[in-house]
Amino acid sequence: MTLKVTLITGRTINQGANLENKTSSDYLEATAYCELNSKDAGFLGKPGSNVKVKSRHGEVIVKLKENNGNPDGIAFIPMGPWANAVIDPDTRGCGMPGFKGIPVEVEATNDRILLMKELIARYK
Amino acid sequence: MELLIKNGAVYDPKNGIKGDKTDISIKDGKIVDKVSSKASVIDAGGRLVMPGGVDAHSHIAGAKVNVGRIMRPEDTRSGLKPRTKITRPYTGYTVPNVYAMGYRYAQMGYTTVFEAAQAIMKARHTHEELEEIPIIDKGALTLFGSNWPTMDFVREKNMDKLAAYVAWGLLASRGFGVKVVNPGGGEMWGFGKNVTGLDDVVPNFDVTPRDIIVSLMKVNEMLGLPHSVHLHCNNTGKPGDYKTTLASMELAKQVRPSKDRQVLHVTHLTFNAMGGTNWGDFESKADEIANFLNNSENVTTDMGQLIFGSATTMTADGPLQYANAKLTHGKWGNGDVELEDASGVVPMYYARQVSVFSIMWAIGLELALLTKDPYKVLLTTDHPNGGPFVNYPEVIALLMSNKKRQEEIKTLHEAVHKRTKIPGIERELDFNDIAIMTRAGSAKVLGLLDTKGHLGAGADADIAIYDIQPDQIDPSVEHAKVKSAFSSAAYTIKGGEIVVKDGQIVATPMGRTFWVDASVPDQHTDIMMKDIRLKFKNYYSINLANYMVQDAYVTHPNVVKAGVISVEVS
Amino acid sequence: MAVITDALCPFCGCTCDDLTIVTEGNKIIEAKHACKLGAAKIMGHHRIKAPMMRTDKNGNFKEVSYEEAINETAKILVNSKRPLLYGWASALCEVHKKGILLAEEVGGIIDNTASVCHGPSTLAVHEKGLPTSTLGQVKNRADVVVFWGSNPVQAHPRHMGRYSVFAKGFFSDKGRRGRKIIVADVRKTETANIADEYIQVQQGSDYLVISALRAILSGHADVVPDAVGGVPKEQLVKLVDTLKAAKFGAVFFGMGLTQSQGRYKNIDNAISLIFELNSFTKYVIMPMRGHYNVTGFGQVCSWETGFATAVDFARGVPYYNPGETAANDLLLRKEADAAMIIAGDAGAHFPANSVRHLAKIPVVQIDPYWNPTTEVANVVIPTAICGIEVEGTAYRMDGVSLRYRKMIEPTHPTDMEVLDRITERVREIKGD
Repeated sequence: MTLKVTLITGRTINQGANLENKTSSDYLEATAYCELNSKDAGFLGKPGSNVKVKSRHGEVIVKLKENNGNPDGIAFIPMGPWANAVIDPDTRGCGMPGFKGIPVEVEATNDRILLMKELIARYK
Repeated sequence: MELLIKNGAVYDPKNGIKGDKTDISIKDGKIVDKVSSKASVIDAGGRLVMPGGVDAHSHIAGAKVNVGRIMRPEDTRSGLKPRTKITRPYTGYTVPNVYAMGYRYAQMGYTTVFEAAQAIMKARHTHEELEEIPIIDKGALTLFGSNWPTMDFVREKNMDKLAAYVAWGLLASRGFGVKVVNPGGGEMWGFGKNVTGLDDVVPNFDVTPRDIIVSLMKVNEMLGLPHSVHLHCNNTGKPGDYKTTLASMELAKQVRPSKDRQVLHVTHLTFNAMGGTNWGDFESKADEIANFLNNSENVTTDMGQLIFGSATTMTADGPLQYANAKLTHGKWGNGDVELEDASGVVPMYYARQVSVFSIMWAIGLELALLTKDPYKVLLTTDHPNGGPFVNYPEVIALLMSNKKRQEEIKTLHEAVHKRTKIPGIERELDFNDIAIMTRAGSAKVLGLLDTKGHLGAGADADIAIYDIQPDQIDPSVEHAKVKSAFSSAAYTIKGGEIVVKDGQIVATPMGRTFWVDASVPDQHTDIMMKDIRLKFKNYYSINLANYMVQDAYVTHPNVVKAGVISVEVS
Repeated sequence: MAVITDALCPFCGCTCDDLTIVTEGNKIIEAKHACKLGAAKIMGHHRIKAPMMRTDKNGNFKEVSYEEAINETAKILVNSKRPLLYGWASALCEVHKKGILLAEEVGGIIDNTASVCHGPSTLAVHEKGLPTSTLGQVKNRADVVVFWGSNPVQAHPRHMGRYSVFAKGFFSDKGRRGRKIIVADVRKTETANIADEYIQVQQGSDYLVISALRAILSGHADVVPDAVGGVPKEQLVKLVDTLKAAKFGAVFFGMGLTQSQGRYKNIDNAISLIFELNSFTKYVIMPMRGHYNVTGFGQVCSWETGFATAVDFARGVPYYNPGETAANDLLLRKEADAAMIIAGDAGAHFPANSVRHLAKIPVVQIDPYWNPTTEVANVVIPTAICGIEVEGTAYRMDGVSLRYRKMIEPTHPTDMEVLDRITERVREIKGD
């Protein structure tokens, strides 16, 4: 099924610890995932399976994770290139793109997660 | 490098020269008795020549100045001037960027300026900005009036420890002198409260503002610092504050100066000579302050003249600034510094039609005109509190011309007639008085009169030439010409180098930073440091090892030696 | 083996200054007291070895000399009509000064990572000012601390221990036990888990919730509906009572406010709340700054140009209008025709469309590490790591300026040196 949720992005400690290490698999693991609470995640598959996150601005494949700190309908992806594939670029006239509060659709997928290089290569 | 200035109408109050045609010889950055025939010559052609201007109180660098810039992009957008091959861009009016700060002072013929307040913990920031201000010599006064160690040592009545702390604090901040702002109030503002007078007890520290001021004056003289204690009084900016100002000035009688200068400099009197009980019955009490000054020998002041238009008020007096922000309902910057002091930044617009501002405009002028000795009232605007320093020529013109004052008065709120004495004051200052209030006096107040503020042999070759001939102008009538001449020097010479010609910047050498290295007996420092180490262990949010300003931030130092052991100026 | 005490951490805006660094030869072997974030950076990662260039962004890089890379950078900047010089947050103030001079020389636009972090906070400061203090005031005095849209457990791990939650001080000798900790956030974060009170705000409703608090504070609880932004009225009323009962309160806010709907208006409203709370008791507010010296760039840029960031030098005088001159606006409008990215990673932290434009224009990257910006770069110049291999100045999140020590000798030229050489080459090409 397709789950309609609101996406926010932000810092995590593992994302930060790999800030200078972005070519590594540690960085990919630290940032290429989407957190939902177990109820929302349950609609999509098992934690650790892949999901496709789609917005008006793009789509990206990331790993599904559970975090019960999230209220219903809120998805979280750590800041970084995977999150930024779907966030709203509009700065609303103040320089700041929409990194939080993006309506997205999340669905289970068998597609694989792109490596950082592959992800950026899509923009060239 | 030799330079000879010929045919100048020289005003050099320290050396008793009042408009006489005197040649000035310059060699290697200093004024000398004579130069060789190889010297380059500037023919002043009878024009006005003065020592380079010296400003003893201006907010030119550091945390609160930058808060002003960050809060006020609208201010930055005024006064823009693009970069040239010689100059970086100018920005701002009340809070100029570092480059405009140096260029504009130099263009007015000023060559030495002191930042009026830095907390020790934020002194590195002050010096980072001072390092980027071109041309002028500078320094910064260090805040001591609400510091926990100050209050501890005052309570203990241990003047040796206090002196050791002041000496160490000046070293830590690379500071030039002791600034005291709303003593005790800075600590109380940490919990949103304030002292209301000299005898309120500061909770937890068990000292009064009176104790703090007197003790700091004592150790200032024990240390033989070049400058005296520099005080922003308690209650500043409140109707009726003149009583606190007079009571604070009285305290100076308790201490003998260690050198030929005041023991107390009370600053920006426009904000401290206020009568009345509220903004409705607000009135000028400048006459009472002037009366005190006329009968006292050890207190000096500066005007803090109000300039109509835009200003940015900034001070370590945090509670005053919250009160101001509540009046304006506008922007409020607050910047309390742990264990040291408070601070606040609030934009202001001084409108002519507002009674309070019309009265405040009069206060500064009354003070300067009713005080007989110009050495006792320096010309300042408390930049940018009363208004930006670029308005000094306006203030000079007002002081020199009753006609100009009367023209101004016509445009002001009628309160200026009823609640000030300015309409009836006819005194007009002359070029010698102005040279004192902007040069010799400020250098003397700072304790730098040996090398600054005069044109005798041995002085720094800091010189301004203005495009007016004193013997051919009546400043009373031709005040516009006076203002225009002082706004744009024909020449500014800094350390023997021509930096301004015809009002334009032609060279941008780096000036020096003055700071005071005061020595105290080692055992006093050792005992004092035990307390300081505990403060860092328990209370400061940074380590002692990272506190003191490093040499890297004072690349052109001019160290003035002082101290209880030797009193010697280099 | 050598030991450096009182060393400063070059990771986040806490700029912890109590690290002990142990080195052996020219290698750091231990970073005592550092958190996971700081330790990860200090212990180091794989570095770019040598300068590299390529003309085709899909092609492979070729190693070149510093001289070649610097020459090419200067050419790119001089030939550009609208160069963007972006990044700066992981560099020292000494680097910022040289960057601003270079931007002036090439008539470019200089912007820093605050653009995608606390840029909106600066806009709010333009509107309302900033009632704040140093962190030691919080440590010594605070009995109520609010984290709004900020999550120090993840982003500023030692903030709570050193300054805001567990720290003991003069008037706060009980530490955590003497403080009420309140967290307002969209998600129940790890920080919320250790709070005394958690306010769960419906995403994008921060402005509404703050407005409700202001209404209650000013005695107008009657106009507040039963729930605002997902928060029950009773909880809001109770929160106002807690806030008012403080002797010293501090609000730390993060990107939960700057990046959510309303952007700078959220902070504008929060500052107004602080202004009003000061009529009752003492309150301060502070942005939780991310990179260790993102605050420093704002300081340097302000004293040099009068503006904190997003400064356009095309006219010879500084011009500032975020929304027009901020990095993403320039890229999304496809206006920038060259970019120099230094000490910041636009490739990783900008939206896809901005990176798409970067992929189309000449890009120079100056950075110690390979990252998504490298993937879209034409010229890559590796430099020494500021704060580890280079000494200099940075500003803590509260505006306290500190001097970083050198821990080990650099193996690459410094950013300062590289920028000096670019500026020199730019002047030569322009014939100045």
